[in-house]
Amino acid sequence: MNLIETEIGELKTELIDMTYMVKGQIEKCIQALYTFDKDLSKEVVKNEKWVNGCELRIDSKCEHILALFNPVAVDLRFVVASLKMVSDLERIGDNAKGIAQYIVKSETPFDKELIKKFRFEEMTTVTLDMLEVLSNSFEKDNTKLARTVFAKDEILDEINNQANIIFQEYVLNEKDPQKVMQAIYFLSIIRKMERVGDYITNIAEEIIFYVKAKVLRHNKKEKAKVKNKEEDSADDDL
Amino acid sequence: MKIEVKDLSVYYGPDHVLKNVSVSIKKQTVTALIGPSGCGKSTFLRCFNRMNDLIDNARIEGEIKIDNLDIYSPSVNVNELRKTIGMVFQKPNPFPKTIFENVAFGLRVNGEKNKKVIEEKVEKSLHQAALWNEVKDKLKKSALALSGGQQQRLCIARALAVEPSILLMDEPASALDPISTVKIEELIYQLKEKYTILIVTHNMQQASRTSDKTAFFYMGDLIEFEDTRTMFTNPKKEKTQNYITGRFG
Repeated sequence: MNLIETEIGELKTELIDMTYMVKGQIEKCIQALYTFDKDLSKEVVKNEKWVNGCELRIDSKCEHILALFNPVAVDLRFVVASLKMVSDLERIGDNAKGIAQYIVKSETPFDKELIKKFRFEEMTTVTLDMLEVLSNSFEKDNTKLARTVFAKDEILDEINNQANIIFQEYVLNEKDPQKVMQAIYFLSIIRKMERVGDYITNIAEEIIFYVKAKVLRHNKKEKAKVKNKEEDSADDDL
Repeated sequence: MKIEVKDLSVYYGPDHVLKNVSVSIKKQTVTALIGPSGCGKSTFLRCFNRMNDLIDNARIEGEIKIDNLDIYSPSVNVNELRKTIGMVFQKPNPFPKTIFENVAFGLRVNGEKNKKVIEEKVEKSLHQAALWNEVKDKLKKSALALSGGQQQRLCIARALAVEPSILLMDEPASALDPISTVKIEELIYQLKEKYTILIVTHNMQQASRTSDKTAFFYMGDLIEFEDTRTMFTNPKKEKTQNYITGRFG
């Protein structure tokens, strides 16, 4: 293994560690919401500084590789993708913290009826699945797996889009101001969860970029094509 | 196309050192030739001014056309051909003459006797080689007193003086310090406005900075010929990727 391979290997390890760290943050804030565990929520808020620390370390590592090793081809793509992925991972961490803060702010456990109406369980299941897929596809450079998050993200988008109507109906029928306030928090949580889905999708696009040199950002056509699993098996053998 | 190479093979005795290379090179572009030592890139470069003719046992098959002229046709006058193709080598090789006489040398060999014409062409060539301002007050001094980087630019000026259309450069900056290297690279960038340039280099960054196209050779085969930007971001062949990322062997 040459020097740049070692550096790239270390960078990848740090990114994988960070992926698991933010995955843990999301898992904890979801668990905290269902169990109304304020201590766990506070832990998520506190741990955010570790996520930020990871971002700074990985940024610095990328800078170091660019300055000292002049990466090209797949190495260059990996470093460029890493800079974007680390920023998206940090934002997932921010959103986990944001969700946890709403739990801390809420005076009572979240209304089960509200959770059901907003399809929140489905949303969290899909999000956790996306994070699982993301970490596996990243570890194995498996673009076929990475592509599967695009369809899952559409489920989150749909839940988020419906949330406005559900919120409106809920607030119109609800007289208890505390429950109305909780519904406002909940709508914000839904928004944050939807953003988490977007960041996971961005990271999946970066995995495809560095492995296959295909740019899917802002390219709906190309994304639709890969969602339909064209070219998959042949490409993934590379 | 300025240069068309078709099924070019070069043999040194029994050794097949360049194997069926075909490539087309546009005029006023810079093409970088890269690959590990012994891959055939310098041999390929030397085919264009027929320098390989000077090597015992060298045999060439295939075709090289420059401006649609087959340069290996028996009717081609090699001396005339070489007037249109300048070459710069790895180590600066100025003649032990004055700066002025180094640049004027090719003109005089070509029979130019008009002093004014020679003076004009020397100045123009030194300007083109980005050396004029540094040597204009010491044209009568020995070229050997110049720094390595200046000597290399003098050799470029000498090559340009006879107004070639193609410039061959065999690792022109490998013996130079970083500042001189930058000057040579800037010069290459400027010179492509007028000349078609082929440059052999072991320096990947130099290839990526200076060239429009890159050709990667390995064990006599042309593995990949691609736009430089594509080659260094998304090479198509695994061998190319392994070489440029340093994972070779």
